[in-house]
Amino acid sequence: MVWFILRRAGSAVIVLFLASVLIFLGIRALPGDPAVVMAGEDASPSLIEAIRRDYGLDKPLPAQYVDYLGQTLSGNLGRSTQDQLPVAGILAERLPVTLELSALALLVAIVVGVGAGIVAAVRRDRLPDYVATGFGLAGLSIPHFWLGLLGILLFAVTLRWLPASGYVPFTQDPGQNLQRMILPALVLGTGFAAILMRQTRSAMLGALSADYVRTARSKGLAEVKVVGAHALRNSLTTVVTVLGLQLGALISGAVVTEQIFVIPGFGKLTVDAVLTRNYPVIQAVVLITVIGYVLVNLLVDIAYAFLNPRIRLSGSGHD
Amino acid sequence: MTEAPAPPSAAEAPPRRGAARAWRRFRRRPMPMTGLVLVAGFLLLAIAGPLATGDPAAQDYAATLAPPSGAHPLGTDDLGRDALARVAHGAQVSLQAGVLSTLLAMAAGIPIGLVAGFYRRWLDPVVMRLVDVTLAFPFLVFAVGLAAIIGPSLKGVVLALGFSQLPAVIRITRGEVLSIREMDYVSAAVADGASDGYIMLRYVLPNCAAPLIVQATVAIPAAIIGEATLSFLGLGVQPPTPSWGVMLTTAQQYLDVAPWLAIWPGLMIALATLGFNLLGDGLRDVLDPRSGR
Repeated sequence: MVWFILRRAGSAVIVLFLASVLIFLGIRALPGDPAVVMAGEDASPSLIEAIRRDYGLDKPLPAQYVDYLGQTLSGNLGRSTQDQLPVAGILAERLPVTLELSALALLVAIVVGVGAGIVAAVRRDRLPDYVATGFGLAGLSIPHFWLGLLGILLFAVTLRWLPASGYVPFTQDPGQNLQRMILPALVLGTGFAAILMRQTRSAMLGALSADYVRTARSKGLAEVKVVGAHALRNSLTTVVTVLGLQLGALISGAVVTEQIFVIPGFGKLTVDAVLTRNYPVIQAVVLITVIGYVLVNLLVDIAYAFLNPRIRLSGSGHD
Repeated sequence: MTEAPAPPSAAEAPPRRGAARAWRRFRRRPMPMTGLVLVAGFLLLAIAGPLATGDPAAQDYAATLAPPSGAHPLGTDDLGRDALARVAHGAQVSLQAGVLSTLLAMAAGIPIGLVAGFYRRWLDPVVMRLVDVTLAFPFLVFAVGLAAIIGPSLKGVVLALGFSQLPAVIRITRGEVLSIREMDYVSAAVADGASDGYIMLRYVLPNCAAPLIVQATVAIPAAIIGEATLSFLGLGVQPPTPSWGVMLTTAQQYLDVAPWLAIWPGLMIALATLGFNLLGDGLRDVLDPRSGR
């Protein structure tokens, strides 16, 4: 197990290294003087000079990369060209907002998706199954941002139950915070609930027809225990795998959801940075996203190996 | 010869008879057929719709943000442009994004997967590590990076979508090749002195077709949603080009005065995606018997 974790962590480090090279080269592949590009269109000559000095752009590329890596590892991600604030500080302010939104959305997805998947499998080919399967197909096909617009239209514009947009920090007013986060979390969570529901349903159907479930039933075990303790537990690997695979979609979804509900999180920062060509911020958000993505995938692989001994024995998480 | 015994595996079935049998199984099911009808409707809207509905940029200043009426069945937007014409032209943009990005991923991914799987000893590990690195960049990060480098455009959207589909195409092709190259007919061709290139194109590639077709029915709707999402964020197709995503950006600004603008573009995205999903589920059932669902 230790060997398995070390090998997985090693390949994660290699992936991160290659990704950092790509990000480093990406900004230098832009046409024109990188200092001018990073400073933005109407930058003063002194700012361009400062950037050239900060990034050591007059040195050869490998030396620049070593500098970049050293600065990044020590937490210096440069300054935003919009307001000259350190990028690391901006990220520290924006990331918790997105993490809260994602955590709430995942909660919605797991409760609704796994719950509906179990019900659909247990009541196969009956009304609950048809309802859940229909919900699954709809959830897969409806884009987040349209669902968000419909949600605002129904709950904010027509019924006036919830505010249409805006954000209040949790530490300032938890009630207001949740009132504003509930619709975005539902919108973001629905698509993942649909995917989880479909996967849980098919994993549960497989498990319910397996020999060990028949044995459990023939022992006279209560049906709740058969489903909960035996079939569900063996379907959990599927849930973990799906969550890992859908992480990229969760990040994209959070970006869109923040844009619709005007939530000042990481996603809105990303979009605003691209639209204003704020390259230091773009570079940082891409790096942070890749790091987060690689780390979560590593955790998923490890969790997967814990749940399924065959994987750590064969030594490979993918094939 | 017509009553030959059943072939030992699906991969070895003659393609033409397999296709006819698959179609017979497919035709009897309501869900895939619904999907086929939805996809056909989407194609019709994208190809014939723009010809039938007139200029999507024509402005009617007497009727801005007008509710649905005889002259404008779906209403008009803030600049007095006909929403129906824009929905039809938006279908064309969606279709382009979906098909071009999938073709791009297939054109680049199939040869890579084919060669990696065939020369698995020395090429495969390198290719698979590279795939892992690509997988470390979520789709939106690609799109953000490309939009930052070449500017927001349909071209950037197609490139970003195509690139993000590439790992899946490579993995699927490579996985198929790994099992196909162990087949007896490949060994026979090798013994016959056929060149590697000939074996790959004549024997291996055709037998990879079924899972790749299924993959296309997954990739196209993902690309349709991807294009709409990027355009909605302002990172994709730029106004005044009528993309469904761009239309929804406008709709959000006027949600309280013109809610009808938010309905049709989103509904079209959902129906087109649903169509491809149902079609894909059906194709998977008939083309890929191993994935018993």
